[in-house]
Amino acid sequence: MSTNWFGRRDPDARGYFGEFGGRFVPETLVAPIEALEREYLDARRDPAFSTELDRLLRHYVGRPTPLWEAARLGTACGGVRVFLKREDLTHTGAHKINNALGQALLAKRMGKTRIVAETGAGQHGVASATACALLGLECVVYMGTEDMRRQALNVFRMRLLGARVEGVDSGSRTLKDAINEAMRDWVARPDDTHYLLGSALGPHPYPLMVREFQSVIGREARQQCLEQAGRLPDAVIACVGGGSNAIGIFDAFIDDPTVRLIGVEAGGEAITPGRHAARFAGGAAGILQGTRTWVLQDAHGNIEPTHSISAGLDYAAVGPEHAYLESTARAEYHYATDADALAGFQELARLEGIIPALESAHAIAYLRRAARDFGPDAVLLVNLSGRGDKDVQTVEGLLKEADRVAN
Amino acid sequence: MSRIDDAFRRIRAEKRTGLITYVTAGDPSLAMTADILKRIDAAGADVLEVGVPFSDPLADGPVIQRATERALAGGATLAGVLDMIAGVRSDIRAPIVIFSYANPILRMGLDAFVSRAREVGVDGVLTLDVPPEESGEWRRRFRSAGIDTIFLLSPTTTVERIRRAGALGSGFLYGISRLGVTGARETVADSAEALAVRVRHETSMPLALGFGVSRPEHVRAIGQWADAAVVGSALVNVIAEHGGKPDLLDQVERYVRWLQS
Repeated sequence: MSTNWFGRRDPDARGYFGEFGGRFVPETLVAPIEALEREYLDARRDPAFSTELDRLLRHYVGRPTPLWEAARLGTACGGVRVFLKREDLTHTGAHKINNALGQALLAKRMGKTRIVAETGAGQHGVASATACALLGLECVVYMGTEDMRRQALNVFRMRLLGARVEGVDSGSRTLKDAINEAMRDWVARPDDTHYLLGSALGPHPYPLMVREFQSVIGREARQQCLEQAGRLPDAVIACVGGGSNAIGIFDAFIDDPTVRLIGVEAGGEAITPGRHAARFAGGAAGILQGTRTWVLQDAHGNIEPTHSISAGLDYAAVGPEHAYLESTARAEYHYATDADALAGFQELARLEGIIPALESAHAIAYLRRAARDFGPDAVLLVNLSGRGDKDVQTVEGLLKEADRVAN
Repeated sequence: MSRIDDAFRRIRAEKRTGLITYVTAGDPSLAMTADILKRIDAAGADVLEVGVPFSDPLADGPVIQRATERALAGGATLAGVLDMIAGVRSDIRAPIVIFSYANPILRMGLDAFVSRAREVGVDGVLTLDVPPEESGEWRRRFRSAGIDTIFLLSPTTTVERIRRAGALGSGFLYGISRLGVTGARETVADSAEALAVRVRHETSMPLALGFGVSRPEHVRAIGQWADAAVVGSALVNVIAEHGGKPDLLDQVERYVRWLQS
């Protein structure tokens, strides 16, 4: 691990965080990815680039997002102080917009005219379509047909924003398959196309670049927590699919040894193959979609199907920096089940008047356990990564089903 | 001198265009793949690439994706593919190259894979998502087992990286003659010639060109610039069309002979 120009924790020159990361891509993608890396590192040193991105984040996205002390939720959890980082209040309703605008600006700087993106829950697809509309770029979003069914509202939003949504009918028809298809598209058209990857995943420099674009969350939250709580939090809690919202909020606290970093994966229905997406609970080191990391796989190295109530966490691999943070024990990873998340979803709505995304509801669900571990007076910071409008139909269906079973 | 070196030496001595074939192992079954490989060998192919089915073949187009799905549904695994090769190796003259994504090999364990591959007579390995920069460990272990490490080159590969692949790889270089995923096309791209000229300038290692080859005129066209042509999706298509029929092996042999006509 080397330190970079800003004194921050960067992967080594080959894109490794410890033994995780790297660049495992087909030959055709090597040249475009090397070009992307050069341009990104160049843009990162360019004050004009960060000035323009800051302007967009402030006046278009609505940053800084508030830090809200959820007092009623804290009381319900046994008297802890809970602070919610309100990424749900960004334009488009999730943290995904931070990265989408950063990469879309970078694509423009590189002279690209066309963006391809993958999406699971649809939030990254919406954020990409939004950034493309704003910056005048063509946008194609690949989305598994199973996810299109689960997140129909977001499909319509993307189309309203002028994006083309391409259904992906291969494999498990979810996020993993959408990434395969987006990469295939990029392989065929590297000259005019930028692949706007939405999580801290994939080949170097994506995990670094996405972390950096999301690290604004942690910088703001750390400052706000010091102002409001008068001290650093005891723990920072975030849900982890690919892990971009988590790495974005963890990043500012990594050098604060008293702050525990807790990632919450999707425990689905049970930790048995195919019924969950908790990579650290049921996975092994492997290589998927360009990076060496923890992967849910069978004995022969084929990727296992995953399940989660939330499309955004329903993915077989985790971002390589999370694998690294787990290997050094700097961060810890737990999971919340579908039922836990559903309960967290309702609890936040009733106690705080905030309807979270089902993804973020996994982090909310973990609060009760964290409150037990830390005891009263603890300060717990939770990244509320997105809002739940997209999920209300799914939840309505699930609650009706639960009522039917109960009666 | 590896079996692959011998094959290219012979191709050059005979002043002809070599033919390299790709099939997805396990489509329609591993037992049939064994027979298919014997027939392709009998039909005169110079190198046999054996594809290991993987759940997420992101460098492959629809034809090989479907073949992969059929093979996985039939229970084909990397271990099974190696067992199958063990059974046919002595009946086949041509060198055999394993064509795989990284994860199945990593899951088996690099050491276990290398030792089993050597045991069953694998001559070379091409790992689609392990470019030269990531290949250090892989290459060293393959070399110590006498197995060639084959690298891909594409129209976007820089001169510097062509040199690197030439220096680090062995056996032959596999040039992808156009952008995009695997799949048969009507004509061979102009980019094939441009790539071949650039490669020839940097290295004397044998060069095979593929991606889009389906007809004898494609093979002949490639022969103007490279040592051998690779046929993949088009052959996988023939196997898909005749997969369940009694004439499968005859069709495969006929197709491979026709490509060389």
